[in-house]
Amino acid sequence: MLLGRVIGTVVPAVVVEGLAGTPMLWVQPLDRECEPEGRPIVCADPTRMAGPGETVYWVESREAALALDPWFVPVDHAIVGLVDEIKNDPPEEDFSIP
Amino acid sequence: MILGRIAGSVVSTIHHPIVNGRKLLLADRLDAEGKPTGGYVIAMDVVGAGHGEAVIIIDEGNGARQVLEDPTAPIRAVVVGIVDGLEIVSD
Repeated sequence: MLLGRVIGTVVPAVVVEGLAGTPMLWVQPLDRECEPEGRPIVCADPTRMAGPGETVYWVESREAALALDPWFVPVDHAIVGLVDEIKNDPPEEDFSIP
Repeated sequence: MILGRIAGSVVSTIHHPIVNGRKLLLADRLDAEGKPTGGYVIAMDVVGAGHGEAVIIIDEGNGARQVLEDPTAPIRAVVVGIVDGLEIVSD
């Protein structure tokens, strides 16, 4: 899973069968420091709770299809959850492998 | 599987049921020498990995679902081991 920020909502006029009623959000993937990285994607939102500005974590491919209920809806990106907080542990001085 | 190092955790209260009662760890991906590559992954913890520990992460759905014992878990990355030592054979 990777981090993302919801930057909009996608309202389809017509969708394939199975996707009807699935909320779709416009999500900007984020890097490790929560900075935008890569192209925005359309994520299905099974939690139905993510709104613009929220930080989320998302999955792709088969895992995205499995996140939906009923699962195996034809999607390839889906939000698994909303981020309340990212706890960055302070980096240790010596990062060598034991 | 990939090598990673635990650099933090993700706190989340609104999420897919699979996350219930499980910890989400933020892991930096490591390169051949064990140094962070800049890449990261959010992995589900099943071995109790702690801050700064080098870990083994399964980054593939079927393996993850097998470990989580849930055939419909929408999870791909799972921490499946904590590294005790990494011996690199330098040629």
